[in-house]
Amino acid sequence: MSDFTNEHMILVILGAAVATYMTRIAGYLLLSVVSDIPPRAEAALNAIPAAVLTTLVAPAFYAGGWESKLAIAAALVTGLRYESPLPMIAVGWSTVMICRYFIIG
Amino acid sequence: MSETTEFTSGLRSGFVPALSAAPFGMLFGAVSVADGQSVFETALMSITIFAGASQLVGVELFGQRVAPWLIIVSIVAVNFRHVLYSAALTPVISHFPLPKKMIAFFLMTDPQFAEALKRHEKEQGVTFSWYLGAGLVLYILWNIMTLIGATLGGFIKNPEALGLDVLLPIYFLSLVMGFRKRPNYLPVVAVSALGSILAYAIVGSPWHVSIGAVAGILLAAILPPGAKRRRHSERFYQ
Repeated sequence: MSDFTNEHMILVILGAAVATYMTRIAGYLLLSVVSDIPPRAEAALNAIPAAVLTTLVAPAFYAGGWESKLAIAAALVTGLRYESPLPMIAVGWSTVMICRYFIIG
Repeated sequence: MSETTEFTSGLRSGFVPALSAAPFGMLFGAVSVADGQSVFETALMSITIFAGASQLVGVELFGQRVAPWLIIVSIVAVNFRHVLYSAALTPVISHFPLPKKMIAFFLMTDPQFAEALKRHEKEQGVTFSWYLGAGLVLYILWNIMTLIGATLGGFIKNPEALGLDVLLPIYFLSLVMGFRKRPNYLPVVAVSALGSILAYAIVGSPWHVSIGAVAGILLAAILPPGAKRRRHSERFYQ
């Protein structure tokens, strides 16, 4: 459940919208200002998306029940074979549903 | 080609990517409402943010009582590839007047960027009419699917019974795996995973997001940069 009041929530959404739009024009704006990014800064920038997204997966795996752990692991194996998210979601979701309805009871 | 033909051709270019994004629009709508956001707030996110991963990260963090500034920072971080996209798109749309450029950047998503660059490389010419056609199909379908998902989400009383709780982590996992060709991918992911789990267990939610992410990013800055520098096109399509 969300902890925010309605107006607060709408402000956060609009803030996120402005911030997202800034990323969409940032390359265009930066291109005229910065010519060369130092290699270490570039390495750090390159690592940002994977680093952030990992923090949304790993604790869910750690804190989830065994059936959630199994589902995430099954999706990981699927992902090694199929690049797109849909097969991973299909396998992971089926795994968790089978566990919850046929094994846990 | 006339502007109408260009626009129709854009609609065609956007159609298949729009269909493949559709399930995520619906997923977003359903999860957002099942998580406690109103249909209005959910629709507002799709209308104003229009970035699937950002919106799903937003919903995930709203549920964890994370400070607003940290939500916005996380959303920017997830959307960071758009900085690279907009730099690469700039020469492709350099002939658009400024207001049209600003609209073009708002409509820029992974498939829109990929289609525009494909067209540019085939020297078919990226006109504003074509770009708008492709972008509007994606935008409109995304918002329709959000509303459908949000409506269905209102009927969901127990997300776990429908297995909805595992969908977001798996979706994020698929995005993480999409970056696996980047330099130092495995060490960065391993350190972020370990850091976020430790922070989750010791400090508690929501700090695991920033602590885990910072650990991975610092490691990337410390490690020697990847052996081979990837070519321009490879880098932008990841």
